[in-house]
Amino acid sequence: MTEELIAKDKEIVVPGEILATGMGFLPGKGAYRENDKVLAQRLGMVSIEGNIIKLIPLSGRYIPKLNDRIVGQVVDVLLTGWRVEINSPYSAVLTMKDATSEFIQRGADLTQYYALSDYVVCKIVNVTSQKLIDVSMKGPGLMKLRGGRIIEVNSQKVPRIIGKDGSMVSMIKKATGCNITVGQNGLIWLSGEPQGEVIAVKAIKKIEQEAHLSGLTERMQAWLEKETGVKVSLAEAPQETADEAQPMHPHHFGGSQ
Amino acid sequence: MTYAKRFDGRGFEELRPMSAKVGIIPRADGSAMFQAGKTIAYCAVFGPRDLHPKFMQNPETGILRVNYNMMPFSGHGERVRPGGGRRSKEISMVLQNALLPVLNLKDYPNSVVDIFIELPQTDAGTRCAAINAASMALADAGLEMKDLVCAVAAGRVEDKIVIDLNYYEDSHEDGTDLPVAMLPNSGKITLLQMDGEITREQIKEAITKAKEACKKIYEVQKNALKARFAKV
Repeated sequence: MTEELIAKDKEIVVPGEILATGMGFLPGKGAYRENDKVLAQRLGMVSIEGNIIKLIPLSGRYIPKLNDRIVGQVVDVLLTGWRVEINSPYSAVLTMKDATSEFIQRGADLTQYYALSDYVVCKIVNVTSQKLIDVSMKGPGLMKLRGGRIIEVNSQKVPRIIGKDGSMVSMIKKATGCNITVGQNGLIWLSGEPQGEVIAVKAIKKIEQEAHLSGLTERMQAWLEKETGVKVSLAEAPQETADEAQPMHPHHFGGSQ
Repeated sequence: MTYAKRFDGRGFEELRPMSAKVGIIPRADGSAMFQAGKTIAYCAVFGPRDLHPKFMQNPETGILRVNYNMMPFSGHGERVRPGGGRRSKEISMVLQNALLPVLNLKDYPNSVVDIFIELPQTDAGTRCAAINAASMALADAGLEMKDLVCAVAAGRVEDKIVIDLNYYEDSHEDGTDLPVAMLPNSGKITLLQMDGEITREQIKEAITKAKEACKKIYEVQKNALKARFAKV
């Protein structure tokens, strides 16, 4: 039995492709072992950390995860809460106790808090094994969205859109003057001057397309400078802490590649 | 009777020219096209997503639903009646059985993965082209899969074993059609059908040759999937 690493770091592999042979390598997320081989379990990019081989997904739908901050749309009003569509195979429930700190009278009309088709920024507080999902509106930055526009991107590309410590999204925000809220589920809310919004949408779509390629931040910087005609500085997560302190202000959500 | 030369001049084990493309339908979660000669299959995958009607939901696992359809103008001039029929329903079922062994839908209880396969032009081997396209589209949809699935029709025309039959060979009066789908890494077979008569020796030969051909198809699929994420 030979120990051999067959896949290269950052290589794109298809399901069933042999990544390594020998018991010295361990399958991480997106990989599996069969006898003495480690194989790919999905389409993805190889990431080798020591002797653990994992795959970074490049495509696929959003799978709800605990504590993710997401953008959702209210699609139904229930007896004791709201049903929220979250761009995933399963919809979430926002219960009354997680919806607001106000006291809600028994039998009150719930639509005065959240009406049908309202967009909200919320946080996942519970995911069961049967994928029943609870979301909450209690927390900094969680709010109802008013105005602006919503765009949809593949949720697997969200870490690249946010960038390291939010560098990418704050660069777009600065360049276009838009408020941008990126949900982990791939729904993005933008609000600003029409011209700026258009450029921001284009920028996000470009990042989505080129997410798997390196040198993206520099390319986006040059692209934004060309589009807006203004010098764009590579922000090193500036005043994000200030944003964090003002819960009323929309801001991007943490999480990095 | 001996079949000395194939109708289209190919070698007996030679596949028709193939091409494949992944990510052709932006609205779908995964999509792919597979072409073998004049047979073209388009496939779109949606899901996992909410499953209705509710009685179909399985709380233990997600389910796979396949819809195979030949377009009305896809045949040899005779209009193919649109809509589902006995044939398309059966093929949808065998495709589902051929693809399900590689998928893991345990993480998606009560949900469904929908596969839609459309054939705008056909020249035999549609279920094989459909499997090839669908397995690429499923991978493109980011689903957990043990392996890809490759399929090809083997068969007999008169005394010869041939691979990847076209319509003239498929409908030959003294011939047999034997579609095979297999997992390229383990060599396991997930689809094996037969239409016609064949001897025990010939069926063994046909399956062996089909397995060889599947490896070539696997390369085409692999390259198409990787090309999706090549440099922009």
